[in-house]
Amino acid sequence: MPGLSFIAPTTIDEAVRALASAPGLAKCLAGGTDLLVQLRSGRSRPELIVDTKRIPDLIGIRDAGDHFVIGAATPGASISACAPLCRAWPGITEAVDLIGSQQIQGRASLGGNLCNASPAADSVPAVIAARATCVVAGPEGTREVPVEAIVTGPGQTSLKKGEFLVEFHVPKPAPHQSDAYLRFIPRTEMDIAVVGCAVNVTLGERGVCRDARVVLGAVAPTPILVPEAAEALVGHWLDEETLARLDAAARRASKPITDKRGTIEYRIKVAGVLARRTAAIAFKRAGEC
Amino acid sequence: MTFIGKDLKVVGTRPIRPDGVDKVTGRANFGADMTMPGMIWGKIKRSPHAHARIKRIYTEKALSLPGVKAVVTAADFPDIAAEEAFAGEAIMDFRDLSRNCMARGKVLYDGHAVAAVAATSPAIAEAALDLIEIEYEVLPFVIDVEAAMAEDAPLLHDTLFTQGVEPKPSRPSNIAKRINFTKGDVEAGFREADHIIERRYTGKPVHQGYIEPHACVAAVAADGQCMIWSSSQGHFMVRQYCAHLLGIDISNIRAMPAEIGGGFGGKTLVYLEPVALALARKSGRPVKIVMTREEVFRASGPAAGSVVEVKLGAKKDGRLTAGEVVLKYQAGAFPGSPVGPGCMCAFAMYDLPNASVTGYDVVCNRPKVAAYRAPGAPNASWGVESCLDELAIELGIDPLSLREKNAARDGTKAVHGPTWQNIGYAETLAAVRAHPHWTAPLGPGQGRGIASGFWFNIGGESSAAVHIAEDGTAAVATGNPDIGGSRASIAMMVAEVLGIPVERVRAIVADTASIGYTFLTGGSRVTFATGMAATEAAERVVEELKKRAAMMWEISPEAVEWRDGMAYPAGPNAGAFEPLSLGEIAFRSARTGGPISAELSINAQGAGPGFGTHICDVEVDRETGAVKILRYTAIQDVGRAIHPAYVEGQLQGGVTQGIGWALNEEYIYDGEGRLDNPGFLDYRIPVASDLPMIDTVLVEVPNPRHPFGARGVGEVPIVPPTAAVANAIYRAAGVRLRDLPMSPPHVLAALDKSDG
Repeated sequence: MPGLSFIAPTTIDEAVRALASAPGLAKCLAGGTDLLVQLRSGRSRPELIVDTKRIPDLIGIRDAGDHFVIGAATPGASISACAPLCRAWPGITEAVDLIGSQQIQGRASLGGNLCNASPAADSVPAVIAARATCVVAGPEGTREVPVEAIVTGPGQTSLKKGEFLVEFHVPKPAPHQSDAYLRFIPRTEMDIAVVGCAVNVTLGERGVCRDARVVLGAVAPTPILVPEAAEALVGHWLDEETLARLDAAARRASKPITDKRGTIEYRIKVAGVLARRTAAIAFKRAGEC
Repeated sequence: MTFIGKDLKVVGTRPIRPDGVDKVTGRANFGADMTMPGMIWGKIKRSPHAHARIKRIYTEKALSLPGVKAVVTAADFPDIAAEEAFAGEAIMDFRDLSRNCMARGKVLYDGHAVAAVAATSPAIAEAALDLIEIEYEVLPFVIDVEAAMAEDAPLLHDTLFTQGVEPKPSRPSNIAKRINFTKGDVEAGFREADHIIERRYTGKPVHQGYIEPHACVAAVAADGQCMIWSSSQGHFMVRQYCAHLLGIDISNIRAMPAEIGGGFGGKTLVYLEPVALALARKSGRPVKIVMTREEVFRASGPAAGSVVEVKLGAKKDGRLTAGEVVLKYQAGAFPGSPVGPGCMCAFAMYDLPNASVTGYDVVCNRPKVAAYRAPGAPNASWGVESCLDELAIELGIDPLSLREKNAARDGTKAVHGPTWQNIGYAETLAAVRAHPHWTAPLGPGQGRGIASGFWFNIGGESSAAVHIAEDGTAAVATGNPDIGGSRASIAMMVAEVLGIPVERVRAIVADTASIGYTFLTGGSRVTFATGMAATEAAERVVEELKKRAAMMWEISPEAVEWRDGMAYPAGPNAGAFEPLSLGEIAFRSARTGGPISAELSINAQGAGPGFGTHICDVEVDRETGAVKILRYTAIQDVGRAIHPAYVEGQLQGGVTQGIGWALNEEYIYDGEGRLDNPGFLDYRIPVASDLPMIDTVLVEVPNPRHPFGARGVGEVPIVPPTAAVANAIYRAAGVRLRDLPMSPPHVLAALDKSDG
């Protein structure tokens, strides 16, 4: 039987060295709510697990002036309990809070949710919609990339050998900017998104949309930024006509598969519905802040 | 003696559950908690194919892995002949059971056990599984019931010829059995009808979804004496089945009951115990096997999927003139779906003059079905109760009136034979009419449905022993694993008879060597049948206590009266004595003849049938197809609620499982016949936030055959929900769903179709 090694370094450098020098598959454990399930089912058979929860830089939320810094392994429960973040980006914090249960929230992290690279990851669309970036550490030092550059396909990321996620930088909202995230699941909780949708909008004079980002989850191999959906919003109030254009743009952008969680037809239809419903919440919030 | 109509002190109250503290603090020992010195771990190699011939099994590599102590295959089990086992609510043949525990010759479903290993650690056992090589000849498979019935369907068993058809078929088929019975003149009944409706309803197999996976430990001593610890619905069943499957004398097996974390019928048979015993016998070490959740889904029993065709004829006023149903039930890999009880339940609630019922038991490449709460009844009622609602709408009659008009009452001869006595169906309908839920206002996009359900309930063989301790406290031992709060209800009945507080009665579940034979916990029988045995044992103890008091007073036992846990002289003529308490009599029992106890074994008859009617409100999201259950009221005739809180819990639990069946639960197979959702993530049982508080109304029409009037209560409540939900959806959204589950994609597709 191949052995499985586990280390819990306390510095970024130590973690990079361990990941870079591992001969076989090495995995980061930033909570383990996906990884442990994969280990148990035999879907992932790493030779090395690097627990990043002991690295102080990876835990906690900081106010860095024009942006928030969220450690990549910060537990979801801390994110939903962070009042300034909840006020700034209710869509992000609600999305994080949708993941799993209370118990899962004690372990699950933004970094883990992103690097697990599921098209249905709940926290990812809202973070992308907020134009967040992430800091990646690796053998060649650190680099900062947009969040949408990380996931390249189901279970696939752009991270190179020895690289892992350190933190997220989430810009603070402009005046009259807010966000929302909705997902559709057959149950009310403890489930995986059949479709997810994040909308981030900035309103200008008389409630007209000045800027927008719309991100869909679970309708393509990765979470997708949908510029056509944003264009449907920019320059408009949220009236019936705008909603119809948004719905159509979201449907057009959706390229889902049929699997046990939903059919192509169903996902496309619900993507349009969710886009409308999410936009309505985001507009309302932006108008009130 | 009957306690019906008497003023009772314990029965009908809500004391704290005696096993509650252990369960909420984690001290209770479930199947997987047992451990023994020298114990090793067993794992099972399972088929990746839906249907294949086993050409050869190579076990040498696995056996040579250090730490591996034994490997078993079908060759380690006797090849036993066909023989029907009495399994309560499910039909089981020992030959099939043996082949279900360990495949012989062919594998018949994805997950079918082919071999097993035992090793010194779970990791070694797991690694050894990969070293067992099996050569298969993959065969065509069939998953769905009507596909399996087709002429050219792949055959699972060459030896299976349809029973119940004349002449005997010359070719084997997947249809194991055809059942048919009729009442009256069906053709004439339909001719008499002003209105005839004919519909077809389908349902998917659903799993019982117990939280505790199957688990056991087996040990075999050098002299051949076997011990089995396992979580099951009946340790006497485990003992009997293991003895039969392995050719061991029953007296050489002692089966110990673990706490059980849910069964719902799915633990009324064995999967692991015979395999663990075979491994223990071969390795000389105690062997523990615990299923993973994936194994539970792939290899343990679901309820049958089904196709139900219903035809009803009625007069303009709603009076039914004739009914016809055809039930096609999936049995899984071996014959024995609950189509028989399904046939009997289909029209059991109605006074139907003319009816024909036909059932088919059909094998297919899925796990063998196991009993699940009122096995067979939910499938049949899904069809009949939906169709009645459609009939009500077409006739312009409200669905409650339609049921009132046709309800079976005392004296009604049911389609399946019996003439009803002391039944409470009409009383449940009256309770619906009187309930504020029935007339509560609904908002836009909301709708209300009702449906009824029936289950026979059973009695059977039960033993109970009541022992009085020296301080006047009591212990009651029975042979039924406590699934639904039976320790509480049994202790309460004994306390009532003895006239002492329930806290002074300790109820325990005794192993197979410590109490007389007791049939398994199933059929909603324990509070009825074992409760009857315990009550009668307690009555014998009271007689003995009176005798002892009489001896102490030197009077005749007839002159002693037992009241509130004390012996009193029966009247002034008996003499003037200070009353003697149970404690005082017990303390001096050595001087009056020795320990005071009674054990009784009975075959309880007269289980009262159960009827229920449910009201369900839903809201339908027309854009996503999501159905939200807004309000739910379950009304049921429970005979007499011994512990009302547990009875309410049974109703709520049954409704919850029924709503899961209605909305989201289904087995999803891929193109290769492999189960694609073997876990609770994608096999969606309801979570707490999916449901409103489920209200209950306990109607009490006493069952005269039980000392306290109890009826079985646990199974009826899973019968009405599927139709109640569908009937509510129709009224909320104007679409009729006839295929389960009514999951969001299916509801949305139906809405889109109706919108054109």
